[in-house]
Amino acid sequence: MQKGLFSALLQLADDHLVLGHRLSEWCGHAPMLEEDLALPNIALDLIGQARSLYTYAGEIEGVGRDEDALAFCRIEREYQNLLICELPNGDFAQTILRQFYFSSFMLLFWEQTLKSSDATVAAVAGKAIKEAKYHRRHCGEWVIRLGDGTDESARRMQASCEILEPYLGEFFHTSYDSLEISQSGVFPDKNTLQEPWLMDVREVFQAANLNIPDLTHAQKGGREGRHTEAMGHLLAQLQYMQRSFPNMAW
Amino acid sequence: MVDEEEIPLWEVFIRPRNGLAHRHCGSLHATDSKMALQAARDVYTRRGEGLSVWVIPSVQISASDPQDREEMFDPSDDKVYRHPNFYNIPDDVGHM
Repeated sequence: MQKGLFSALLQLADDHLVLGHRLSEWCGHAPMLEEDLALPNIALDLIGQARSLYTYAGEIEGVGRDEDALAFCRIEREYQNLLICELPNGDFAQTILRQFYFSSFMLLFWEQTLKSSDATVAAVAGKAIKEAKYHRRHCGEWVIRLGDGTDESARRMQASCEILEPYLGEFFHTSYDSLEISQSGVFPDKNTLQEPWLMDVREVFQAANLNIPDLTHAQKGGREGRHTEAMGHLLAQLQYMQRSFPNMAW
Repeated sequence: MVDEEEIPLWEVFIRPRNGLAHRHCGSLHATDSKMALQAARDVYTRRGEGLSVWVIPSVQISASDPQDREEMFDPSDDKVYRHPNFYNIPDDVGHM
């Protein structure tokens, strides 16, 4: 049970750290000032959620690893994030669409996690749900405006749908560990989130004139530590300071 | 950088606390009112500044012409009696 909980916390924390890092790459590069603040705002929320999860994972593991040790001092194969989180940002449309998919999923996930049998996990959900609601709303509105916008924005949004499609099935992939954890009532069973998630996506995609994605051919591996080639480059940047100056604090 | 025709300018008003009025705090670009409210939240309320946000399209604001300044505002300069400065306030009233 403890090993399963540690692994489930780590998966969730890795999703948030890696995606938060990707979003932070937009800082200073977004197409307009308003989004230059909005995207790093979301990134900071995600990294804040990752911190709580890593800290609790470290306590559960019980060998003295803190949030920094877990976030910065593991090797690539030990990260268990979803592949979609580590994909390069692409253009603004692709970043927004990925964030919409993720935030829509996380909103449903946190809603179910509010009634977790684990009090710490339920508390993290209580804080995260407010943030996820805003992320879902902000990105959903952008998907509609880009998908149903100019010829160019519609073309870019549809192209993003095709790039991200193979990575959607992994959201609902249940490993042996996560099955055990959902049965003990700590986290929801991800399979049960697929239908409500698709309903949410359908509603936005209809308003955005986009084709509904197909989840059947899912690219998997992130949960087992098998990553895309983008992951090593991401970690090189993410881990640089802690690797160069071990135990640095600032 | 931002196309004013496609992404218009909005004026942002924030109410910091209950009982206070909304105050103008700046402007931003957004495609429509929904996005303008979200951008206002992201740009102007990051440090807990607000409980309520208003946005209005900048083109909807009618402003006085700076060239009319003399006829608009100078006539009030010599009417000091309009300021409530000519009362003796009893000490017991305290700070007003």
